[in-house]
Amino acid sequence: MIQFYNVTKLYPNGVKAINDISLRIKQGDFAFLVGPSGAGKSTIAKLVFREEKPTAGQIFFNGRNALRFRGREVVAMRRRIGMIFQDFRLLPRKTAFENVAFALEVTGVSGWEIRKRVPEVLKQVGLEKKVDCFPEQLSGGEQQRVCVARAIVKNPVLILADEPTGNLDPETSRELMELFVQINQSGTTIVIATHAWDIVNEMKKRVIALENGRIVRDEEQGSYGYGVS
Amino acid sequence: MGFLNALRYCLRQTLLSIARNFWLATASAAMITVSLLILGSFALVALNAGQFLNQVESEIEINVFLRDTAQINDLGREIRALPGVERVSYIAKEQALDEMRESLGERRDILVGLEEDNPLPNSYRVRTANAEVVPAVAGAIEEMRGVEKVRYGQGYVEKLIMITRWVNAAALFAAGLLALAAVFLIMTTIRFSVMARRDEVEIMKYMGASNWFVRFPFLLEGMVVGFFGSSVAVLMLGFVYYYLLLQVDQVSLFFIQLVTDQRILGTLFGGLFGLGVFIGGLASSISIRKFLRV
Ligand SMILES: Nc1ncnc2c1ncn2[C@@H]1O[C@H](COP(=O)(O)OP(=O)(O)OP(=O)(O)O)[C@@H](O)[C@H]1O
Ligand SMILES: [Mg+2]
Repeated sequence: MIQFYNVTKLYPNGVKAINDISLRIKQGDFAFLVGPSGAGKSTIAKLVFREEKPTAGQIFFNGRNALRFRGREVVAMRRRIGMIFQDFRLLPRKTAFENVAFALEVTGVSGWEIRKRVPEVLKQVGLEKKVDCFPEQLSGGEQQRVCVARAIVKNPVLILADEPTGNLDPETSRELMELFVQINQSGTTIVIATHAWDIVNEMKKRVIALENGRIVRDEEQGSYGYGVS
Repeated sequence: MGFLNALRYCLRQTLLSIARNFWLATASAAMITVSLLILGSFALVALNAGQFLNQVESEIEINVFLRDTAQINDLGREIRALPGVERVSYIAKEQALDEMRESLGERRDILVGLEEDNPLPNSYRVRTANAEVVPAVAGAIEEMRGVEKVRYGQGYVEKLIMITRWVNAAALFAAGLLALAAVFLIMTTIRFSVMARRDEVEIMKYMGASNWFVRFPFLLEGMVVGFFGSSVAVLMLGFVYYYLLLQVDQVSLFFIQLVTDQRILGTLFGGLFGLGVFIGGLASSISIRKFLRV
């Protein structure tokens, strides 16, 4: 699904966020990206999503060189990836419903199907009562869940979640992880960047640990493993 | 099917967006109104000034005084053949005397006794298509046999021609400048309103929206804003001008004749309206372009 070959990302201000990383995530994988703040987790997600381009190295998406993608192919790729941004990026002038619907509208799905599908997904993330609220009328955790709903509504082949539980209480976090597991069982690849060590330890999934832009550990059924039991 | 859904989405989106950005849209529309009002008022003034000068010019005539020995008909034919000559009328000396008597009114007595030995010459009155050719035509007639003298307000006509030329050039230049200013003003206003939403555009692109999917609602929105802005401008101009027409009619400033030609006014107002709508759409679709590259 995703392959990184010796990828390095140097930001214009001279920060080396990713340093010579090689990585392979297969179709149907469920992987956590862990590491201290500033380790480069978000940067990896941005590189996959083509929000940033690497300074060196190659990135493959579904067996094709993603760095050679042109406008139309980038658009097609983004439609197949459900990205959950660390900073949400909801459209401020659209309600929760419209924000989620937008992900379907761009692909030309019919209004009928949108009206059926969007409430379903909003219910799955527990926002059935906030359908008509604008982002500024929602709490941080609620905005985050709109963002999750927007990512999963389009049945993506890959979900890239950057701290999807950052603003959620433990109970809601666990429910969300359950939802991800459920989606993963239908074959969707899931990559989650997170600091939620307890959940990572509980779930016994693949864990890729980053430090200073390098992979320091990559284990199947791993644990968070930073000074916590 | 997907295309139709997308199109329907775009149309709905345009209306929603205007409703939610109501004040921004209103401000942009007002800006368009003001720009077009300035441009339109100037165009109307220039149009009327042009018509006034034309009218003055059309009053100019060349008086050709003939010797008594002149071959009147031959001369008439020759004059008519000159380029730029529009109308030629013959004034016999008797008629000239009558006209003079008429213009003297009360004091017509001083002309008593002149009928027998009329000192006035026969003459031709020549009108040209425009003032510019008057000096040339007059010069050509002066060379003809049997012509005693040619009068057309020498000096005065040349000055009038100069003034007309300058006024025309200045009006064209100023109108061009004003049109540019209007375009610039509208562009800036709409660019500002698009800029305020650049994050939105960026997110749309990240959601996998194609360029035209993002752009089309903005384009339509710009056109709708342009539509309202220029409608108001054209209506206001139209009302004020119509009111002026009525006023001028009432106080009967007979020497001022405002332009009333439906076709000319229609073109002017239609042009202003089209400019507003076109620039509105163009501006927003240009402004958004550089935000689409993410
Ligand atoms: N746009 C940018 N320009 C310059 N430097 C950046 C940019 N984005 C991130 N960085 C830097 O790159 C490094 C990695 O950032 P990144 O956002 O990938 O970290 P992270 O692992 O996601 O951290 P966190 O857990 O706090 O979200 C950091 O040192 C950060 O300061
Ligand atoms: Mg991050």
